[in-house]
Amino acid sequence: MINKIVNSSAEAVKEIQDGATVMIGGFGEAGSPIELIHALIDQGAKNLTVVSNNTGSGHVGLAALIANRQVKKMICSFPRTANSTVFPELYSAGEIELELVPQGTLAERIRAGGAGIPAFYTPASVNTPLAEGKESRIFMDSEYVLEYGIKADFSLVKCETADRYGNLLYHATARNFGPIMCTAAKVTIVQARSIVDAGQIDPEIVITPGIYVKKVVEINNPATESKLVADEMRYPW
Amino acid sequence: MVNTDKKIGWDRAEMAQKVALDIPDGSYVNLGIGIPEMVAGFVPEGREVIYQTENGLLGMGKIPDKGKEDRELVNAGKKCITTVPGASYFHHADSFTMIRGGHIDICVLGAMQVSKEGDLANWSTGAKNAIPAVGGAMDLVAGVKRIFVITQHVTKHGEPKIIEKCTFPLTGKQVVERIYTNLAILDVKSEGLFVRELAPNVDLSYLQTQTGTKLNQYKKKQL
Repeated sequence: MINKIVNSSAEAVKEIQDGATVMIGGFGEAGSPIELIHALIDQGAKNLTVVSNNTGSGHVGLAALIANRQVKKMICSFPRTANSTVFPELYSAGEIELELVPQGTLAERIRAGGAGIPAFYTPASVNTPLAEGKESRIFMDSEYVLEYGIKADFSLVKCETADRYGNLLYHATARNFGPIMCTAAKVTIVQARSIVDAGQIDPEIVITPGIYVKKVVEINNPATESKLVADEMRYPW
Repeated sequence: MVNTDKKIGWDRAEMAQKVALDIPDGSYVNLGIGIPEMVAGFVPEGREVIYQTENGLLGMGKIPDKGKEDRELVNAGKKCITTVPGASYFHHADSFTMIRGGHIDICVLGAMQVSKEGDLANWSTGAKNAIPAVGGAMDLVAGVKRIFVITQHVTKHGEPKIIEKCTFPLTGKQVVERIYTNLAILDVKSEGLFVRELAPNVDLSYLQTQTGTKLNQYKKKQL
């Protein structure tokens, strides 16, 4: 029998090893799997390369993971957002690496990684500093830059509804990087607001088919990052 | 006594309104963060415009009423929004398929600098201590059919933002079609920048003093 449900966030993230590449879903707090990130802080894996659009805010979630010095490198498109201080300070001090990637290129690199496409050409970043040192090629009189697919050891994703097969539904714009990150990791770990019985999700509306998902944990009352930040909470509590 | 009450130029809302007037009925439009977001509030009656937000929504609606916010329903600026009837959600690779694939008609972006050739710089000053952050701007200028820029005409320190050649790192080369500022609307043409419209109480010679590159006048029939 296939059953991808695990009982706790701690169990879900226990095998993430030092030096792993970890994709973390979310666009700002929307879709950020904050309970899984906190479990990863408790677990303590170090020297991680994290692929995520932003770098977290305040001292919770992704920002807390970075503050706990578990991340050696960020691959992201927008590392400074409102209330983000942890990453900017470490970056300015030269204590964390940054690979800055245009947002659409980041999405396509993840999609390609998950789809077995090693590299692709894109028009984004041509004639800018982000294309420097990269191969380029002319197609139909326009220049394109070569970008590489990204694969991860683990993806941490938040969704709305899941079943034991790992079929997923998302909520509103919390979907963002979730579906593509699920495809691009050897082990995709999902926190779901609710887990329903197999067969309860209409096959017509499944967003992420279960084949991409290894573990699902139910977190039915996930924290709201902006509220924790407003309350000046810090993780570990 | 000199009348100091005489208002020079457009305010932000009026700038946004000018952009909105130039967006045709039925357009799919992506709005950048900041002043561009205000454009959605000024769609003329009788037009239907669909707004895409690159974090994964086509059919972005108004700001929600207080107490009705959903922290997982946000725009590219991470502000809470709503959906309009007929809206759809999608993941990031689909979102940038729309953008890079040329499916979006117009994108309205802010700017740090724009050159006379339509080069845009809007993501980094290139300063050594700056934290670079690019977001979707490079994908948008590479893929959206028409790029409009909305910006103050000069910096807070009074330096021209519309110049011969950008000194900040580029977002894209020769990508901007039209520039809306508090002083004027400018078209980017292969022959240079042309003044499309002057704001109230702004004349061409004053506009030229506020601009770091030569401005051209349309002949009446060209407009």
